[in-house]
Amino acid sequence: MTANTPDDARLLAACLLGPEGPELSCEECFDVLDAYVERELAAADPDAALPAMRAHLAGCSACREDHDSLLALLRNGFGA
Amino acid sequence: MALRPAAVAAALAFLDGARFSWIMATETPGAGVAAGLAVSSDLVSRAWVARLRHSGAEREAAAAELHGLLLRTARFEIERRRATFSHLYGADLEDLAWQSADDALMSILRRLSDFRGDSRFTTWACKFAILEAGVKVRRHAWRGREIPLAPAFWPVVADAGPGPQQHAEARDLLWALREEVERLTVRQREVFVAIALNDVPIDVLAERLDTTRGALYKTLHDARRKLRTALAARGLGIDLGEQP
Repeated sequence: MTANTPDDARLLAACLLGPEGPELSCEECFDVLDAYVERELAAADPDAALPAMRAHLAGCSACREDHDSLLALLRNGFGA
Repeated sequence: MALRPAAVAAALAFLDGARFSWIMATETPGAGVAAGLAVSSDLVSRAWVARLRHSGAEREAAAAELHGLLLRTARFEIERRRATFSHLYGADLEDLAWQSADDALMSILRRLSDFRGDSRFTTWACKFAILEAGVKVRRHAWRGREIPLAPAFWPVVADAGPGPQQHAEARDLLWALREEVERLTVRQREVFVAIALNDVPIDVLAERLDTTRGALYKTLHDARRKLRTALAARGLGIDLGEQP
């Protein structure tokens, strides 16, 4: 990782330090993942109902991968 | 598709002797669709739960049907992960898919009372297969590899490009971050370095340290919060566009 400018350095630091503010735990994230993804597919503004979810997905790559996979699965017609 | 009876039987054993208070739905998913009825997703979900709480052949049939869905989901997930772990192939992957489906079925039957109907039952069930498959692929890919708990490298500022003032600002921020990481507790530093800096999957680290993903993420979260606070106290903002 190399920074060319102060903004690059801040971006690197921000990536390493993750999101600010309240966020769910991994267990809480897993508990609501199915409902959150279905709301996304229904364009029902899932972040309004679960405001701390997006922050956790930004900070936890494992939960983000699970989220992306479930979303992709449903978009591909699985799980119906 | 051949179903491993032992896996389903073992999973169903979790239900034996259990007492359930749910109202048993009379519709079954297959019957509703076959009759061309407009069965709501809520009714289908309730029917899934009811069938899995039934006894005898009905329960076994539902478990076998669910196992098939979980196996397809696990295969889908593993295929997605192959782009990241290209050295996984063939029989390894199919075995991981079966293990994932088996373990997901066990978890689902054990946690059936947790299903609140906030989503379709199949969506709720599929997330267990995705979790199991993702964890297994990551752990399989890291088998035999050493976990780097010390920084393999630190972000650096390019020698060329920015002017002297910008170079100094970027360097100061990254050096301050490095110094504050050294001030973390040993556990926080190891977790932060392994996950955030060295990209070790959190499930892999959890297995090696004999803990859980959730416990490790709590440690990572605490370390990040401490680092943010320390950088702010030194007048170093990290938000883009924010001036230190």
